[in-house]
Amino acid sequence: MGKFQLITKGLVKENPTFVLLLGMCPTLATTTSAINGMSMGLATMFVLILSNMAISAIAGLIPDKVRIPAYIVVIATFVTLLQFVMQAYTPAVYETLGLFIPLIVVNCIVLGRAEAFANKNSVIDSACDGIGIGLGFTLSLTVLGLVREILGSGSAFGFKFIPGDGVLCFVLAPGAFLVLGYLIVVFRKLTSKK
Amino acid sequence: MEYLIIIISAIFVNNILLSQFLGVCPFLGVSNKLSTAVGMSGAVCFVITLATLVTYMIQNYVLDSCGIGFMQTIAFILVIAALVQMVEIVLKKVSPALYQALGIFLPLITTNCAVLGVALIVVTKEFTFGGEAHMLNLGESVVYAFATSLGFGLAMILFAGLREQLALNSVPKAFKGIPIALVTASILAMAFMGFSGLV
Repeated sequence: MGKFQLITKGLVKENPTFVLLLGMCPTLATTTSAINGMSMGLATMFVLILSNMAISAIAGLIPDKVRIPAYIVVIATFVTLLQFVMQAYTPAVYETLGLFIPLIVVNCIVLGRAEAFANKNSVIDSACDGIGIGLGFTLSLTVLGLVREILGSGSAFGFKFIPGDGVLCFVLAPGAFLVLGYLIVVFRKLTSKK
Repeated sequence: MEYLIIIISAIFVNNILLSQFLGVCPFLGVSNKLSTAVGMSGAVCFVITLATLVTYMIQNYVLDSCGIGFMQTIAFILVIAALVQMVEIVLKKVSPALYQALGIFLPLITTNCAVLGVALIVVTKEFTFGGEAHMLNLGESVVYAFATSLGFGLAMILFAGLREQLALNSVPKAFKGIPIALVTASILAMAFMGFSGLV
């Protein structure tokens, strides 16, 4: 598989949110607006790329029986790193995403890619895989956030273009489940035609 | 009184699944059958309470006193993983019946974000009681963790019951599986929103 395919497959064919249904907690919780969804996606992508590369590099050194705890420690290290970086450079985003930044540790996408891809492929390929899956995740979260923001507060990426309050329910918890459910249906319809 | 507020708020008002979105993966993954949902809820209840007790003490007596509070993410996930493993071993020896019931769910719990989530909430978030905010003490933390896991169980079992009924109905092809479950969860979340303002 070429590098380009590795990157693009995460967008549609192996889209982590709409096809593989992984990492549901941050997907539902942080997509109250398009910007929040995108920040969460990018934060996860950062950890995903670095942990994929690190795990791919040290995969040969880890005994098979303790590989899962070892992967978790690697991932947790990068998440702590991310926490520092975000606290320093984007404190506002760090405040909004709050608890869900440390919870990237238990995001099944990251551990899933380590186990399914990074431990048997080269460092470069793993980095490409991380970029691809990360982009797919970011894209899905942004779309989900955008739909919720438009319906819930009548704005997109913070720019208000529909006067009035919008349907508050879409920004709250029920809207997250509902919009994600319908987006999966739309995604299935679109991809099944191809 | 504070304990009562913590309990009602954790179970109904700020339900961990339906309003905080922690632990949604098992919520969608193992809620096909009522019996598995009950097993999962039991295991989660056990692990969350125990993990919060241990991580609270580690944060306050080890990490903070050494000045390395920022290591909490790494430390907590290791503690939870080790704890789950230990619970599994102890249960196998002490109560084979309970082990039979919870056994297959235990390994899944390490990556359940509800466990790490609750452990992090009790050491980082301030709670407000009657106008004044303060951090939870050890007893309150454990009560909060236990009540949260009860809320998890409540939502999980209600949802599994709904999904069992749902499986008997005809659903449009594109909605089969997860999408219709998500729409159901949305309605359930709306129902739980009715509790807001209770505390």
